[in-house]
This record gives sequence, structure tokens and C-alpha cells, in this order.
Amino acid sequence: MIIEKFINKWILFLLLIIPLCGLVFEEPYYITLTTKVIILAIAGIGLNLALGYCGLISFGHAAFFGTGGYVTGILSFHALNDELLFSWPIEFLGTSEMLIIWPIAILVCAALSFIIGLLSLRTSGVYFIMITLAFAQMLYFFSISWPTYGGEDGLSIYVRNSFPMVNTMDPFTFYLICLVWLVITLFVSFKLINSAFGMAFQAIKENEERVKSVGIETLKVKLIVFVISGTIAGLAGSLYTDLNRFVSPSVLDWHTSGEIMIFVILGGMARLYGPIVGAAFFIILEQTLGAYTENWQFWLGLILILEILYVRSGILGLFDKKKNNE
Amino acid sequence: MTSILFIEQLLNGIQFGTMLFLMSAGLTLIFGVMGLINLAHGSFYMIGAFCAALVAGITGSFWLALGASLCGAAIAGVLIEILIIRRLYRRDHLDQVLATFALILLLSEGVRWYFGAFPLYLSIPDSLNGTVPIFSEIIYSKYRLFIILMGFLIAVGLYLLITKTRLGIRIRAGQNDREMISALGVDISKLYTVVFALGAALAGLSGAMIGAIQSVEVGMGEPILILAFVVIVIGGIGSIKGAFVGSILVGVTDTLGRVFLPDLLKIFMQPAEATAIGSSIGSMLIYILMALILITKPSGLFGKS
Repeated sequence: MIIEKFINKWILFLLLIIPLCGLVFEEPYYITLTTKVIILAIAGIGLNLALGYCGLISFGHAAFFGTGGYVTGILSFHALNDELLFSWPIEFLGTSEMLIIWPIAILVCAALSFIIGLLSLRTSGVYFIMITLAFAQMLYFFSISWPTYGGEDGLSIYVRNSFPMVNTMDPFTFYLICLVWLVITLFVSFKLINSAFGMAFQAIKENEERVKSVGIETLKVKLIVFVISGTIAGLAGSLYTDLNRFVSPSVLDWHTSGEIMIFVILGGMARLYGPIVGAAFFIILEQTLGAYTENWQFWLGLILILEILYVRSGILGLFDKKKNNE
Repeated sequence: MTSILFIEQLLNGIQFGTMLFLMSAGLTLIFGVMGLINLAHGSFYMIGAFCAALVAGITGSFWLALGASLCGAAIAGVLIEILIIRRLYRRDHLDQVLATFALILLLSEGVRWYFGAFPLYLSIPDSLNGTVPIFSEIIYSKYRLFIILMGFLIAVGLYLLITKTRLGIRIRAGQNDREMISALGVDISKLYTVVFALGAALAGLSGAMIGAIQSVEVGMGEPILILAFVVIVIGGIGSIKGAFVGSILVGVTDTLGRVFLPDLLKIFMQPAEATAIGSSIGSMLIYILMALILITKPSGLFGKS
């Protein structure tokens, strides 16, 4: 545990120091890379709540990540082109203010995860895995065949959305915004996990029947966790669109769902900092292996298989002897 | 005119459905017998197609290529089962999903490494080229008809295999009670390898047959893998009968939806809008169908609840 805490501190330290070095040595690339790690980690933190703590194996979090991304893209696309988004009940022109985009993205993703959760949670086990996957695929195909927002080619928004008083196009400023969101989501997860509600959803992972028998409506609990989880992933998607100033159907692709899952598993399931470690490891792997070979995903696949067959506890788990021996 | 188009598209839907069946039969068997979710099933589809393209390139024979797709995918299946999959049977679904997802990355990149990123082409033999009249004025592609026939033949063969042979009895017994049949002296790990290879071979064959209409490329197995998942969820996981009904249902719904929904919407909409909305809803139709079925029957049409 002590070593794990030590590593957690190091990770946070690195997330701070690398962009600062990037700033000092004028290498904005490293700032952007760290920002990417942070955003992917936020998505992972979202999934970790459902997958790691509550045992809901969602293979469709790309649906929320991508929807958050598309909501952001569409809102600023309309604002950019002065095109009405809808004219009823009020005329709405879209917006390029992050402070308006975030609440809308959060609301839309919450509503979406409520609907998907409500339908999917009727099933369990393999059926749940596959139905969440299928819902994400449904949105993926919708995004490809809907021509208004670029279809398969995706949607460019050219300029990052704005935040009062600061210049978001500056990589370091945008990095700070994402960092604040990371801290907020970490804090929310931490509070949730240690609340009475958190005890309930973690108990469901262990034994749902018992939780039911003490009078807790497990379906309701699972649904709430699923909605929170999806909403956090959607928020990450919104930031991701702003990072790239571009959104395409690939954010809704099932590979995205798989990758978010990989962040959680590589880092270590049901560990608060796990997704950050996982996302960081993923990006480091992509950067270092990707520099040597185009087929870096081959090695990623190999590492993952070895992890699952032999290590089983994620990177953080390697340093946690006590939990391993259980 | 419309009725001819309708029958043609219906046949296209059935053709698509039979190929989906080859994929989903293996998937559902593997899940039913070993309790394994195999995301890498689409990779065998791809491996089969690449083996076929390779052999067709060397020998020029389509039939040898089909044989190669069966053998190649079966061999790959045996190897992967022994090296990796075997260790996953006792694990939970999450480990299986992740390990087989990792396997997709490994196999796709491996094939890309070896064959390059450009698609290969597999041509239809002359004897199956062209069209054939079915009813008075309806003509249909010989090759697609051949696919439908093959699909039905294999479905019947699989039915006989499961119900009439010793292997089939063992497979069914394995579905019901693993421990009991291993106590009765059946080599369960060999049985698992055989079932896995059988599933892989069927996927490989369908990959080769579809590869001749479309192109043979890396990642070709993924769209059809997810459709096969939809099929087995609709049909009920573990049920071959469910896989067959589900495949035809999904194949026909998908094909007809994409073709006719835009036209249907044109009756009460602007043509441009109808095309856009129709084609996007058409592509979502099977997922809507799946959601509807799961809401009414959470374990699928033929699944055990």
C-alpha cells in the first residue's frame, strides 16, 4: 500500500512536471500529450466506477465518450457557421462557450446513459456486455450515415471553444482546465466510493443477492452508478473534441470502448488512480513503440494478454502484495 | 418492378444471413460449451479469407482456396486455443473480453505486418460467375445463390453433427454438465479444442466466401463479428437454432431496412430528408430490433432463462 501511494504521488507529480518542462523548454507537444493522458484518464475514472467498483462490465462506454464529443462538436459547429441548431421552443444558435457546452454535454450524456442503462440493466452477464456494445455500435453507425455533421469524415471545429478570461488555444491553459476536471472527477469518485452509497454499489459487485436481501434496491443503485459513470466519460469526450478540435465517428467506435477498458485494467481495477496509470502507460507505449514500429498495437496486444494471463492485478496491483495474496 | 427488387433484396438478406450464421454458430457453440466470450472470432474470419487469397494466388483454384480457408482457420484455432484460450475458461467474462480483444490487436497487426496494408482480391470461379433465372423474370447472381446453398447445407450438416453423432452428444453433454462428462472419461480439453477449431473453421470459410464478393483486408472481421454478437443475443446464447433464426432475421432486416426505409419515408417526407433519415435509421434497425427483443425476452428468443 505504501509503495502504491508513493507511485500515485509520482504520477500526479509527473502530470504536473512534464507540462511545466514543456512550457519552459518550449515543447508544446509534451503539454498536449499530457493533456491527452489526463482526458483519457477521466474517461477511465468514469468507467472504473461502473466496471471496477460495481462490477458492471460495460463494453459500450464509447457511446458516452463519443456523444460528449459530438455534442461539443455540434454546438460549436453551429456557433461557428451561424446556423440555427433548433428554432423551437426558443431559437438556439449553438455556442462556443465551454461553460455552456459542459452542462449540455453532461445533461445529454446523463440522459443517454440513463436510457441505455435502464434497458441494459434488465440483462446481466454476457448479455450486458453485448447489449452495451451493441448500443455503442448503433450510435457509431448513426454517426457514419448522418451526413449533416460530416458523416464518416468527421467534423472539424477549427478553433477550440472558449473559456472566460483565458486563451484556450494556448496548450498550457487548456492543460490546466483539463487538470482541474481530473481533480474534480477524482474527488467525486473518492467521495462516492467512501460514502454509504459507495459501500452499497461495491457490495453489489461482491454479492448482489445479499445486498438485495438487506433491502437495497440494487437495480436503482446500479442505474445511478451507470449514469454517473457514463456522464464522466461523456465529459471526457467533450474535452477530447476540444483537444483535437475535431470529432469523428472513431470516438464512437468499439475500439474506443476497448481502449477505455484497457486503461482501467492496465492500471488496476477498483483503484482510484488506476485509470491514470493505465492511460499514461498506454500513451507512453504508443509513443515509444510507435516510434519504432507501425505495428505497435501488436505489442500492446501481447502485453495485455500476458497481463491478463499472468499478472492479473494491473500495474498498481504489482506493488500491492497484500491484495495479491488474498 | 418493386416486387422483383423486393425478392432480389430478400435473397440478398438471406445470403447475408447465412454467412452470419456460419459466424454465429461457432460463437454460440464456443460460448455454450466452454462458457467463453470470444471477441477474436472475427480474426478467424479474416485469417480464413487471407489463407484463401494466398492459396488462390498460388494455385488459381477457388475450390482449393475454400479448402485452405477451412484448414487455415482451423489450424489457427487449435494453436490459439492451446496457447491462450485454454487458460481463460475458468476466468470471469471481463478477463475473457479483454484477452480476446488483445488477441484481435495481435492477430490484426500480425496479418498487416505479414501481408501489408493493401487489400487482396479473391475472384469468383467462372462456373459461378453471371446470373441465373429463378422465377419467370427474376434473375439472381449465381455466386450469391451458391453462398445461400452452402449456408443451408452447413446448417443441416451442423444439425446432424449435433444431434446424430458421438461428437455431437459430447458437445451437448458438455453444455449441460462439464464435470459429469469428464468424470465419464471424455477428454474434455480435447473436446474443447475440437469445438474451438470447428467454430474457427466455419468463421474462416465464411470469410473466404464473403472475401470473394468484397475485398480481403485487415479488420474485415470486426463489423461482422459485432453483427454475429447481435445475432446470438437475439437468438439466445448457446442455442444453434437461435443462431440460425437470429442470423436470417438480422440479415433480412438489415438488408431490407437499408434499401427500402428511405423509399418508405419518401411517402411523407422531402426526398432528401427521407434519404438521410432513412439510411441512418436503416443502419440502426437491427440494434433497435435487438433492444426490443431483449426488453421483451431478456435471454433471447431461444435462450434458457
